[in-house]
Order: sequence, then structure tokens, then C-alpha cells
Amino acid sequence: MMQAYLDNSATTRCSRRVAETVQKVMLEDYGNPSALHLRGVEAERYVREAKQFFAENLKVDEKEIYFTSGGTESNNLAIIGTAQANRRSGNHLITTAVEHPSVANTMKYLEKEGFRVTYLPVDGDGIVSLDALREALDDETILVSVMYVNNEVGAVQPVDEIAKILKGCARKSLFHVDAIQAYGKYRIYPKKEGIDLLSVSGHKLHGPKGIGLLYVDSRVKIHSILYGGGQQKGLRSGTENVPGIAGMAEAARECYENLDEKIERLYALKARFVEGIRAIDGASVNGRTGRDSAPQIVSVSFQGVRSEVMLHALEERGVYASAGSACSSHKQAVSPTLGAMGLDKELAGSTLRFSFCFDTTQEEIDYCIETLAELMGQLRRYVRR
Amino acid sequence: MYQAFLIKYGEIGLKGKNRHVFEDALVSRIRTALKRAEGSFQVTKEQGRIYVEAVSDFDFDEAVDALKKVFGIVAICPVVIVQNQGVEPLCEDALAYMRELYGNKSMSFKVHTRRANKGFPMESMELSAELGGRILEAFPAMRVDIHHPEVVLHIEIRGKIYLYSEIIPGPGGMPLGTNGQAMLLLSGGIDSPVAGYMVSKRGVGIDAVYFHAPPYTSERAKQKVVDLAKKIAAYTGQIRLHVINFTEIQMYIYDQCPHDELTIIMRRYMMRIAERLAIESGCLGLITGESIGQVASQTMQSLQCTNDVCTLPVYRPLIAFDKEDIVQVAKKLDTYEISILPYEDCCTTFVAKHPVTKPRVDVIRRSEKKLSEKIDEMVERALAEDEVITVW
Repeated sequence: MMQAYLDNSATTRCSRRVAETVQKVMLEDYGNPSALHLRGVEAERYVREAKQFFAENLKVDEKEIYFTSGGTESNNLAIIGTAQANRRSGNHLITTAVEHPSVANTMKYLEKEGFRVTYLPVDGDGIVSLDALREALDDETILVSVMYVNNEVGAVQPVDEIAKILKGCARKSLFHVDAIQAYGKYRIYPKKEGIDLLSVSGHKLHGPKGIGLLYVDSRVKIHSILYGGGQQKGLRSGTENVPGIAGMAEAARECYENLDEKIERLYALKARFVEGIRAIDGASVNGRTGRDSAPQIVSVSFQGVRSEVMLHALEERGVYASAGSACSSHKQAVSPTLGAMGLDKELAGSTLRFSFCFDTTQEEIDYCIETLAELMGQLRRYVRR
Repeated sequence: MYQAFLIKYGEIGLKGKNRHVFEDALVSRIRTALKRAEGSFQVTKEQGRIYVEAVSDFDFDEAVDALKKVFGIVAICPVVIVQNQGVEPLCEDALAYMRELYGNKSMSFKVHTRRANKGFPMESMELSAELGGRILEAFPAMRVDIHHPEVVLHIEIRGKIYLYSEIIPGPGGMPLGTNGQAMLLLSGGIDSPVAGYMVSKRGVGIDAVYFHAPPYTSERAKQKVVDLAKKIAAYTGQIRLHVINFTEIQMYIYDQCPHDELTIIMRRYMMRIAERLAIESGCLGLITGESIGQVASQTMQSLQCTNDVCTLPVYRPLIAFDKEDIVQVAKKLDTYEISILPYEDCCTTFVAKHPVTKPRVDVIRRSEKKLSEKIDEMVERALAEDEVITVW
């Protein structure tokens, strides 16, 4: 049976080169990078080289790269770490209504701790309102956290403009960007773009799970949220996940090889997919679909077919997509992102996300469209009456 | 400190000439159950009692947990065993036992002695009185109450001497395998695991059937049912879980029959298939988690309609339970948390917005005639593709 894995925003398959690197570190260069002996030095080399790579790739200083256990930890560290360290200058935080739970729930936690949080609304395409941001900023604002690419609909937030607005303010607040769905698809230069903190995850770019990084501008005041042996300058204690770090660096290196070419191809695939969807009766795409959207994510609503049913019907035919973001698909609640975009509840509950990677082929796209068209015909007959 | 358990059982004692059958079944179930606990144990039956003695170091909590899951056990008494060296050393041992367990707690107690070994130099009554006196002397906060004591210190004099006073309640019921086998309709909801547990408690072995409707129900929904089956298998022993693909039948009913009758007709086919499986596996009845009036398909009229297709008896142990009472048992069995996971089950997917609540058997039978063209072969196909998962 034809297989089409179109859930790459949930996670990607590890590339062979990455898997081999990880294996080599695990079996041969397995030392603790903090150890004084040769084995430790070997292991440390991987960490150093990875830092060098990411520093060059982001055009930042090596000392500003911190490795974490993944996107969730990066977001937690960025938000809780800076909120607590800067509390004396103010207790107001700003984020958007469409963030990933690792940001949204961290903000909720800080609300309980006494911080004031503003959740900026988005328009029908999921793009954050800049006017609302201008209005929300006040003397107390210490941190603004906005995602680069929305994980559910692929909306690209106006990060540059947000940074400009923040720069124009009398009172400088920190700017955190969750780039978990963006890194590997976009060239991101935090210093140039006015980003103070940037979260990245390894497994969204064909790297291993359980590894991520946080860029922290050297001028940022931030506290640790983990206590231990003082590794990574005390900001992130714990023995470095050397296989993960080496694997993530390898994965990122591969991603950025011939990036422009690969992105062109991805947009062409996306256009083809969107066109196919539009030809299916009852199916509609949520949000923008052109160059102003992420190349790898398409959100589709199937009128009259519950997302879970469509998902399992697709799975039976070898097509894998996701309902809501994978991390939250155990809950039945309708996605807050789709709600914030103004999608009605019924339609939000009939929405699937298809997400591509550089390995996705035209055959997979065509097979998926063909299957969807066929299933829509069958499944819409069996609605609850 | 404990080296043994005295197992008390209730109803088995009433079973006349069959008594040894029940006792042997209980002993065998206890041996199997204790395999889940760390340690080696010797299980013996003598003079109407069952003793579990540890013959190695063992994990007390694990052993008690395992025994609490053996149907037929009314109570588990942790026992301290001491050497039989006469009255004075026994008094010392008894005082040490009381100190360890109760300190100088303010409570009423009595001593009950059973002298199976008549070689012991003091009679039962006399020994009880002597020990009671010594305890009162040692622990001034305690007092004797012959009629309603808070604690009874039992002394059993055999080859060695057994001391016990704690009573941990067992599940009660009858030993498994003494009452045949039945087929449980397991849905993934809160009720059916409880129903299976309750019938099994009367000594009935359990087989189960789950109706799977991909793509309307997911692999995770199926895994949830397997997990539920495992939880109750801790009590009921091995369960053969039949997974029947019901999608085709469900769709066909949807296409052919009035929608407000969909659930009732579906349930009738589930019962038919369950009965076929039951007969093939030598089961003597079906078990469901139905409770009068809980949902539209469980009104008296609906139950009459689903019952109409079965010749085997259908056991519905929850029939008069309120939901809250069922939830209580489910929590005790540790199935509740699994049951409330939000995966679709095949009954809710197609349920009509306003299903019939007072279906009539003759009307439903007439509606089913519309299925006559293909339904039999669909049922056969579903049965032929039966997937069996064995859990224990």
C-alpha cells in the first residue's frame, strides 16, 4: 500500500546521517563532556562543534546557545527564566491567543504566580494584531513571546514588525520567539531581527527527540529553572545530551544545505495540495496558503466529517495526518488556535493538519488528495442525523 | 514481622459434599495469585482453614495485594508465628506482639485462644484469661471487653503458635472456576468492566468481546479495551478478548434502517454475535453492563428488544445500580481512569440525535427485515475475522 506520512510538524523521521551520528556518539564517543579525561574531551568536542554550527547558522555568539531537552523546555526556560529574573522591573507579559501549549500553559502558570498576561487576538488567518500589541504594551511589560510559525495552520507572524514596535518603545521589553516550526525552513538571524530569545527543537528537522536549544542574547537577564551540577554556565544543569546535540546539529546542517531550492519545491507541493483540496466538495483550507504562509503546513476542514473519523480513515489507507496539534490530540477540546481565528466549533472539530517535509513527494501529495476526495464522498453520507 | 497469613473464607463452608472442590479451587487460585508477589509461599489447607506461609523473604504489601484479588477470600489475617515453649515464653511473645502493633493505645480488646495441640499445658479459657491479665497489666490504657472488643488477639496453638489480630477484608465471593464461564460485552465505558468483575466474583470465568469500528473508532480505543481487560484479569484470571470488526454491519444498518432505531438494531447484532462466540467458547451466558434507564438503549423497552435475540441467559449485575455506585466500584478496580479516556466507541459515533426510547419488538423485527439481503454474510464475515487477544 502507498504510504504518505504527512504529519511532519508532529515529528519527522530521523535522517540516516543523523541516526549514524547519534549511534557513533552512543557507542564510541560516550564520555561525559564534563569529565577531565580523554573520553570527556572527545564528547565535549561534539558539543562545541554543535554550538559553533548553530552560532554561525543564527549569526550569534557560541556562548549564547544553550541545549535543552526540547521545545517545551526551551519555551519554559525562556519565559519563566526571564519573567522571574526581571520581575523587579515589571510584571506584565504579552503573548498571543494561538501559541503552542508549552507557551500558553507556561503563561497560565505565571498568571497564577501573580504576573499579568495579555493574550493578543489574531485575525481570520491566524495573524496577530499589531494594533493590539501597541495597545497592550505598557511600563510594566517585561516580555513579549510570539511564535514564528503557527503549528496548527502555518500562519507566519510578523516577527520583524513586532521587534520594531518593541524597539520603538521607551521601555525595553524582551522578545522571545518560539521558532520550533520555523527553524530549518527559514533563515533566522536573531540579532538582526531584534529577537532576544529563540526556541528550537531537534525532532522537527529530522533530528532526534528529546533535544532542543534556546538562544539567549548575552545581555538578557535570565534565571535557571533547573538546579544541579551547573553545566552550561549554570543556566541549564544536567549532563549534556551529547548524542542528541550531535544529532540535532547534523540534522540542521542537512536542512540548510540547498535550502532555497528545497523551499521552492515545498511551496510548489503546497500549492498543488491546496489546489487539490479546493477541488473537493466540502473541504476548505484555513488561513493563508501563499508565500506568506509556512511552506510545510496546511490546515483543512472537512465539513460534516469529524476529524478523528477522517484521520482514522486516512490511516487505514496509509496516510498520516493530525487532528489538532499531536501533543494535545488526547483531549477532546477544540483547538484554541482555530477558535481564535473565528472558525465555528463544528468546523474546528472537523479539521486536520497536513504537514510536509523536504522528503515529501508529489506522488504522496497526489495520493493523499485522491484518497481525501474518495473518503469525503463516502464519509459524508454517514453523518449523525 | 509476619511470616504467614490465615485465610478466612465464607460461603464455601456451606457447600456440603462439594466443599473440597471449592476449597481446592481456592487454594489453587491463591497459589496462582501469589506468583505476582515477591517471595515463595506454601499454601496449605487444614481443618477448614487455609494457611499461606512464606518460605522465603517476601514483600508483605505485594502479597496482601495479590490475596485481595482472590475471589472467595473473606479476610486475610497476617500471622506472627512463635515457637511453642510453654506458657511463660508465650506471654512474652504476646506482649511483644501487642506492643509492636498497638503500643499503649486506649482500646478495648479480648484474647481468644484455640488449642488444637492439646499437649499445651494450659486450657484455652484459662490461657485467654491469663494473657488478658498480663496485657492489662502491661498496657494500662487498654481495657477488656468480652462482647464488643475493638481488637481480638487470636492465639492458635498448633505445632507452633500463631498470633493474629488484624483482619484485612478480602473481596468475598466464590473461587474462580467453580461456576463456569460467561461472555462479557466489553465496550470501553465505565460499566462493563464492573459488570464483568461482579459476575466473576461469583466464581465465573470470563471471556470478552469488543466491537471495533474502524475508522470510526481508533487503535487507541481498542488498546483502551485491552488495558481494561488486563485490569479485570487481575481478578478474573486469563481473559480471551475477541475483537470483532463491526464497521460493515454498522454502515449497512445505517443505510437500511430508520435512524432512531440504529442503536437498538446495532445492539441486537452485537448480542447475536456475542452469543455465537459464547456458544463456540463453551460459555453459559452473556454479561452486560446495562442498568435500567441509563441511556436510551437501556430502557425496559430497549432491554426487552435486545434480549429478544438471545437464547442464552444475559446477566446484568448492574441492572439496579445508580451511575455513582458503579463509578465507586470502577475506581476501586482501577478501571475508572482508563474508562474515561476520551476515545470514541462505536456506539456513540452514529447515535441518532433522538433515538427511540420505547422501541417495540415487533417494529424492530420488521425494520431488521430490510437487512435480510446481506446481513447474514456480514455477520459470518465478522465472526470469521475475529481477532483474539489473550490477556492475564
